[in-house]
Amino acid sequence: MTNPSAGNTSATALLLKNGRIIDPKNGRDETGDLLVEHGKIAGFFPSGQAPKSDGMKSFDLTGKWILPGLIDMHVHLREPGEEYKETIMSGTRAAAAGGFTAVACMPNTNPVNDNQAITSLILDKAEKGYARVYPIGCISKGGKGKMLAEFGEMKEAGVVALSDDGRPVANSQLMRRALEYAGNYNLLVICHSEELALSENGAMNEGALSTKLGLRGIPRSAEEIMVYRDLSLAEYTGKPIHIAHVSTRESVSLIRRAKEKGSPVTAESAPHYFSLTEKAIDSYNTLAKMNPPLRTTDDLLAIREGLQDGALDVIATDHAPHSMLEKDVEFDRAANGIIGLETAVPLAMELVRDNVLDVARMVELLSVNPAKILGVAGGSLSKGAAADITVIDPEREFIYSADMVVSKSGNSPFLDRKFKGKAVLTILGGRITFSELDS
Amino acid sequence: MHRFDHKHILSMEDLSREDISLILQTAESFKEISSRPIKKVPTLRGKTIISLFFEPSTRTRLSFEIAAKRMSADTFSIAASTSSAVKGETLVDTAKNLTAMQPDIIIIRHSFSGSPNLLAKHISASIINAGDGTHEHPSQGLLDLMTVTEQKGDIKGLKVAIIGDIAHSRVAHSDIIGFTKMGANVHIYGPSTLIPPGIENLGATVCCSLQEALQDADVVMTLRIQKERQKDPLFPSLREYASFFGVNRRIMEAAKPDALVMHPGPINRGVELDPDIADSTCSVILDQVTNGVAVRMALLYLIIGGGDKT
Repeated sequence: MTNPSAGNTSATALLLKNGRIIDPKNGRDETGDLLVEHGKIAGFFPSGQAPKSDGMKSFDLTGKWILPGLIDMHVHLREPGEEYKETIMSGTRAAAAGGFTAVACMPNTNPVNDNQAITSLILDKAEKGYARVYPIGCISKGGKGKMLAEFGEMKEAGVVALSDDGRPVANSQLMRRALEYAGNYNLLVICHSEELALSENGAMNEGALSTKLGLRGIPRSAEEIMVYRDLSLAEYTGKPIHIAHVSTRESVSLIRRAKEKGSPVTAESAPHYFSLTEKAIDSYNTLAKMNPPLRTTDDLLAIREGLQDGALDVIATDHAPHSMLEKDVEFDRAANGIIGLETAVPLAMELVRDNVLDVARMVELLSVNPAKILGVAGGSLSKGAAADITVIDPEREFIYSADMVVSKSGNSPFLDRKFKGKAVLTILGGRITFSELDS
Repeated sequence: MHRFDHKHILSMEDLSREDISLILQTAESFKEISSRPIKKVPTLRGKTIISLFFEPSTRTRLSFEIAAKRMSADTFSIAASTSSAVKGETLVDTAKNLTAMQPDIIIIRHSFSGSPNLLAKHISASIINAGDGTHEHPSQGLLDLMTVTEQKGDIKGLKVAIIGDIAHSRVAHSDIIGFTKMGANVHIYGPSTLIPPGIENLGATVCCSLQEALQDADVVMTLRIQKERQKDPLFPSLREYASFFGVNRRIMEAAKPDALVMHPGPINRGVELDPDIADSTCSVILDQVTNGVAVRMALLYLIIGGGDKT
C-alpha cells in the first residue's frame, strides 16, 4: 500500500532491475537494469548484469516502466499565504506520490511572487521538499497587469519563467512589452489567455448546459481571442510564449497553425480537459469548477488530437488546491481549480490504453518537453545525470479514494474513479521520495 | 393514482408529467379552502416550515406563508438582512443550524443558481426552491400551468409565447420546461442579447419576430425587464424596448382572440406590457396570484407525505 513515509530514504546505491526503460530523448526503449549511485545515474545493464555492492537497495521492476522523472510545469503550491490549502512540503509530497520529480509553481500566492525575496523564500522552503521546485515569477508588479515586474532580479533569484496565471494580462501593450523585455533574460512567458470582458462572473462553459443550470457561461471565444492575441504578439516580437491550460478546439487549431508558420510557441493542456466535459458539473458539483471551464466532447477530442499530433507539447496539471471552505458553497461562489498531481499519470495512462498516445509520446508530454520548454535539467535518463526517475506500474489498479489523497486539499472531481496505471516509485536525485514497492 | 415520491421540489426539470398533473389536481382541490369564511384546515398542524429568503420577494414569500398557514403549519421566515449571512455564516452552516431545530420544510430563495441543491445535499428537511438565480422557479411554473389549465381545459397543443428577458428569467426556464412537458408548443422572442444559448434544448422554439411569436398564440407570457440589469449592455433603453418588444393591443391582434395574457409580476407597466392589456379581460395575472397559494398548499401537502394517502 501507499507509504509516503518510505520517502526520504537514501541509499548510496539503488538498482532498478528488469524494468522497461523508456527514454525517448536518448532513443532508448528496452528491458534491463538501471543503476543509481551517489544520486546519479551510474549506468544501464542487461537484466542481472549490474555490479552488486554492499548496502545496495534493489527493486524488481518486472512489468513496470522506468521513465525520466516527470515534470509538472503548472502547479499552485499556495505557499506563501494560503498554507491551509497546500504548502511547498505537502504539494511536493503530492507531486512525488503522483510520480513527479519536479514542479514549476505559479506566482499567484499571497503575497505574489513578483520579487526576488519571495522567489528565494520559495526556493529555501523547497530544499527540504519532495520534488524540485521551479518558481515562476509574475509578469506584472503585484500581478495587477499594470507595470512590469523585475524580471532580471527574479531571474537571478531563480525563476524559470514568467506568468500572471490566474489573472490574465488584459493590456496587450503590457503583454507585448513583457515578451520583449523577457527576451533580455531568456525567460519564457507563460500565457493565461483569457478575455476578461467575456468571461467575467462566468462559472462554466457557455452553452445549453449553462442555460439549463442558470449559470453564467464563459464562451470559448473568451479563451480563443486571447490565444490569438498572444500568438500574434509572439510572432510579431519573435519571443517565445507558452500557452497554459488550453481548453477549446479552436485554441488547439490556432496554436497548430502558429507552429506551422514557425512561431516560437508551445502549449499545454491539463488532464481534466482530455478526461472530463462540462457534464461533470451535473448538479452543481463545485469540484468540477475550474478556469478555463470544462468544455464539451468536441473540445475534449481536439485536446487529445493536439496532444497526439504535437499541436500541444505538454500535459500539466494546473494543480490548484482549495479547501472545502472554498468548495462547499454555492456554485457561483466556489473557487476555480482542482488538484491534479496525483491523477495526472493515471489519466494519461487512459490515453495510452485508448491508443491516443504511445508511451514515448506520454513521456515527451510529461517530462521531455516541460524540461526543454523551461530550460531545466531532466527529461532524459542519461548516464551521469541526476537520478530523477519515475517508475510506473501500467497494470496497477486502484480507486482514487479521499483517504488516499496526499495533497493537503481534496478538491478532485476524480475521487472514487477507478484507475489502471500509477506511479509506484519516485526517485529524486537518488533519493526515494515515494514508494509503494518492496525493495 | 400516481404516487408523489419527491422529497424536495428543486426544479420543474425533476418533475414528471404525472407529478405535475397530481400537483395541479391537488392544488385545484385545495383552492376552495381559500374562499371559505374560515380559511384554515388542520392538515399540516404541528409541522414546522421555515422560509429562508436571501433575495427580496413580496409575492412568493407571502404566497408560501399564506399557503402554510391555511394548512395550519407553524411558519417562520428569515430574510437575508436579518440572518447570519450578513455575519459571514455560510449557506451550509445556516442550513445545518436550522436543521438542528428540526423543521419539516425549508423554502429557499437565493440569488445563486443551485443553492437549493446545495442545501438538499446537506440537510435532512425537505427543500422547496422558491427561485434560485437564473435557474428555476418551479412553484411559479406550476401556478402558470394551473392558471392555463383552468382557462383552457388542457395544455396539450396550445401555443405559448414567452416574450422578453429569457436569459435572466428563472420563471421562463420553469415555464418552458413545464409547458413543453405538458404538451404545449413554447415560442420565445426577445432581444437576442436576452436569449441564452441552447435554450432550444429546454424545448422552446426561438422566433425571429414578435409577430411570429404571437401569431395564433393561446397564451402570451410577458416577462419583467429587470431594471437593475441596465448596467450591462443588453439593450439601449427601456423606451426602445417598449417599442420593439413590448406587448400592446396592436401586436396582440396576431394572437388568438381568446388568448390569455400572463405576467409573473412585478409588472413594469408601459415597458414589457401595455397597461390596457394588463387590465383587460384577457389578462389572468391576478388569477396567477390566487392560484399561487393553491399550488403552494399542494406542494407543502405532497412533500410532507400527503401523496402517500392517495
